[in-house]
Amino acid sequence: MSFVLRMAWRDSRAARRRLALYSFSIVLGVAALVAIGSFSANLNSAIEGQAKGLLGADLAVHSRVALTPEAKAFLDSLGGEQAREVAFSTMVVFPDSGGRTRLVSLRAMEGAYPFYGEFLTNPAGAPSRLAAGEAVAVLEETLMSQFGVKVGDPIRLGTSTFTVVGALRNIPGESAAVAMLSPRIFIPYSRLAETGLLGPGSLVRYKTYFKFAAATDVERLVEDLRGRFRELRLGFDTVEERKNELGQSIRNVDAFFSLVGFVALFLGAIGVASAIHVYVRQRIATVAVLRCLGAGAWKSFSVYLVQGLLLGLVGAVVGAVLGVAIQVSLPPLVKDLLPFDVDFFISWSAVLRGVGAGLVICFLFTLLPLLSIRRVSPLVAIRASAAEETGSRDPLRWAVFAAIAMAVIVFSVWQAPRWQVGLGFVGALAVSFGVLAGLARGVSWCARCLVPQNAPYVWRQGIANLHRPNNRTVLLLLALGLGTFLVVTLALTRATLLAQIQGVGDNQRPNLLFFDIQDDQIGPLQKILHQEGAELKAQAPIVTMRLRSLKGRTVEQILKDEGSRIPAWTLRREYRSTYRGTLSATEKVIAGEFVGKVSPEAAVIPISIERGLAKDMQLGLGDTLEFDVQGVPMAARIASIREVEWRRMEPNFFMLFPEGALEAAPKFYVVATRAETPADSARLQQAVVSALPNVSAIDLALILQTLDGIFSKIQVVVQFMALFTVVTGVIVLAGAILSGRHQRLRESVLLRTLGASRRQLIRIQVVEYTILGALAAVVGCALAVGANALLAHFVFETAGALAPLTLAGAVAAVIAVTLATGLLSSRGVVDHPPLEVLRQET
Amino acid sequence: MLNVERLTKTYLSAGAPLTVLKEVSFSLSAGDSLAIVGPSGSGKTTLLGLCAGLDRPSAGVVTLAGEEIGRMSEDERARVRNEHVGFVFQNFQLIPTLTALENVQVPLELRGWSGRATEAEGLLERVGLGARRDHYPVQLSGGEQQRVALARAFVNSPKILFCDEPTGNLDGDTAHAMTDLIFEMNRERGATLVLVTHDIELARQCRRLLRLKAGMVVEDLRADEPETKAVHP
Repeated sequence: MSFVLRMAWRDSRAARRRLALYSFSIVLGVAALVAIGSFSANLNSAIEGQAKGLLGADLAVHSRVALTPEAKAFLDSLGGEQAREVAFSTMVVFPDSGGRTRLVSLRAMEGAYPFYGEFLTNPAGAPSRLAAGEAVAVLEETLMSQFGVKVGDPIRLGTSTFTVVGALRNIPGESAAVAMLSPRIFIPYSRLAETGLLGPGSLVRYKTYFKFAAATDVERLVEDLRGRFRELRLGFDTVEERKNELGQSIRNVDAFFSLVGFVALFLGAIGVASAIHVYVRQRIATVAVLRCLGAGAWKSFSVYLVQGLLLGLVGAVVGAVLGVAIQVSLPPLVKDLLPFDVDFFISWSAVLRGVGAGLVICFLFTLLPLLSIRRVSPLVAIRASAAEETGSRDPLRWAVFAAIAMAVIVFSVWQAPRWQVGLGFVGALAVSFGVLAGLARGVSWCARCLVPQNAPYVWRQGIANLHRPNNRTVLLLLALGLGTFLVVTLALTRATLLAQIQGVGDNQRPNLLFFDIQDDQIGPLQKILHQEGAELKAQAPIVTMRLRSLKGRTVEQILKDEGSRIPAWTLRREYRSTYRGTLSATEKVIAGEFVGKVSPEAAVIPISIERGLAKDMQLGLGDTLEFDVQGVPMAARIASIREVEWRRMEPNFFMLFPEGALEAAPKFYVVATRAETPADSARLQQAVVSALPNVSAIDLALILQTLDGIFSKIQVVVQFMALFTVVTGVIVLAGAILSGRHQRLRESVLLRTLGASRRQLIRIQVVEYTILGALAAVVGCALAVGANALLAHFVFETAGALAPLTLAGAVAAVIAVTLATGLLSSRGVVDHPPLEVLRQET
Repeated sequence: MLNVERLTKTYLSAGAPLTVLKEVSFSLSAGDSLAIVGPSGSGKTTLLGLCAGLDRPSAGVVTLAGEEIGRMSEDERARVRNEHVGFVFQNFQLIPTLTALENVQVPLELRGWSGRATEAEGLLERVGLGARRDHYPVQLSGGEQQRVALARAFVNSPKILFCDEPTGNLDGDTAHAMTDLIFEMNRERGATLVLVTHDIELARQCRRLLRLKAGMVVEDLRADEPETKAVHP
């Protein structure tokens, strides 16, 4: 053993720097696993430590309608201390900012919420002024900076004016990401009525928070009363439920990023295997001499195995250190996405897992090229042409391949939330690698067969480098192509989703929606639109209703039925339905016949239901339902099933009634219009909100901006992870070039001896790396376009966006990175004095 | 010490069998010296490789130091090489990452030896390179490298020394000095010597000479026999 260790140490002398670089191929993969694993441990510990702060209370009960006296009595019977919140979307006006408006989420609060955790504002005293019931408001920090609002400035909500007393920094139970959807404004509950905003039809969420005595078993309490909550159509959240939901989300995210990290590790390991392959080939003479001097096959093999293991260990340890450093940088990246604070600590089990995975994968991949050492014949020492004995297939090689496959499967299944997902990941990995490797071989073949013989010499030589013996084309295309594929897929998915909402190319569609318009306000609104020159694109009356029964069974019966597969939300929700005589442009009947008009006396109303809802509720043509239209029962029958294009910015509905049935019911309106410019949109919104303060507006630009904001946040994190794969690809590229440096040096010297200029040699390299970079980029982009098309078709049900600028940018960037890495790694090759090299050769 | 009977080696070349050595037989006693000569491609190096246990014969028997090595596994042959055989190669074959002293020590270390390198140092002194013990091969001239290789060949006190064109890469004077050194050290240590060479002057210093042609022995000359003995016409 001591000989093996001593010899391994001595043999590595001239190559330690090179070996260290090879080991860097796995550094980022290990770093990703360690960073994600350890950070997840931090998150889980934070959830445990701040459990009650996650909800801010022991129990939160929510309802879509104001509490009935019965529900109120039930909640009072639960005991404990209560706090209340009423939340809905509305418009805020900033009088000091030229009357600009913005859709916000208004929260009217009463009581000592949060009971756990802190309501943090800047300045700190704002929550106590809210609690005192003053006409004050706390605003989302981003909202204040966006509209230049300072503490002491007024804001207008409905018909009331409030003074801004602080900026929201943190409130338990919600992450700052909520603000991206709709920024929050907090006011005292007692001041809500005077705003006049709570009209019929407002989409309001009523919440009651509870704090119980420390000894109360809240889980038991809600479990015992689960049936009662259902009957009263009340939803609830407990600390334990919130903890489980968050824990599950963290496990899913952890699994996703761990698998992304694993791709980097896998790629790096292939890089290591390839570099070791070259290293071993350069050591064949040494192995043959050792064999001549009496070293057995396994002893010679062990000399190099030790070097491979040390290389893996160095890579894994450096990776672990880097992983911990990255872990430190993660909290600021995801701070806004988390509803709690995270304390940093190193999870040693995560470190061990990452290092272990790195070592095992690196060991298995290193074994592949090392196995050939066993077969090096001592004859090579006296006859260089006697290559290793490769006549028969090596069964151990197949065993190693099987072990690699097993390791990948075990790791993936272990990390994935479900074993099917793990196996799916392995399949996707195999297909990506297979496609990339197959294409790379095709490229090699084309390079050999399709080079025009009359092309300039530097071109022919540069292209020839892609297919000559010991070329690195497959490895490099794999390394660069995979990184490109991941990053470009992310970018294209983002473009697809945004394009879907934007309705690219259609400049006639509505882009501004007004809602919460009361019956008596529709006339004045139409007048304002006319005055402002905005065309009314669509107008729909909305009547709120709830379900009473379904195919003869009452909603209560179905809710109590444990075996029912109908989602509770479809039964509990308040339906906001419309009536009209024709279908809109976003609708298409796919079954039955649409009935546009009935007589007011009709006993059973023929309605049209949206396809997805019909499927969820297990409803078909002819099935009957009974609605409670604000106290009046109404029987209905499914006359048609519609497909609705929800993503168009037009009023769309689950239930569509014919004319003649609902005209007499209390109703409000939603109106869709189009503003040509952002300035037109702002002016129109200001005009409407100042005349009709309870009317809210949402414009397409705001939705796009919101989605873009969410994407940006997520994309930063996801791209950060994808970057591990890209950088690993670059390191593998550098390693591959350095491992073939000796051969390059020799060729360059020979070419220079034969009269090639330095400039010609550099141009040969430029041709080679440009082609490699271009091929990797094109192949990676092609795969990304394919993956995006599949995602778009199967997940988002739309056509994938092509984003030519993104693709062109990616191709240019990959070529530039490849060229820069290639030239930097080969620097000096063309400057070596020929004599120095030729002398070493003899 | 070395007994070779009807030794034959056949390779597959482009799918067809190619016999490069045909039924060669000879034997050497301890302390003997044998030169194998012949034109390129005559099978000299193949014969040396088979005798030293670097390869397996297709047919025939090789007995080295009383052990039949033709049927041994590669690892058993490696043990025999380590215990009984020394090598000197045409292109020196020093391990480039090891110093001169470390190169000489390798055969001892393979036996599990560890300690002060007295024997190796002594041999380096003997070949006149005591002062260059910490130099790497690339820092030594061709002649110096071959002297290190000779020291390495003798460090495990081999019973038989195989030399493959030991002066093939050296200039005239250096080759001459190297030849003297090989024979001197061989005499000092009483080893059997088998060398392959094109250099007829070097070959004539051996007590026996085998001339190969097309894989067959065409001449077997002994120093004590005045007449050439033609084995095959």
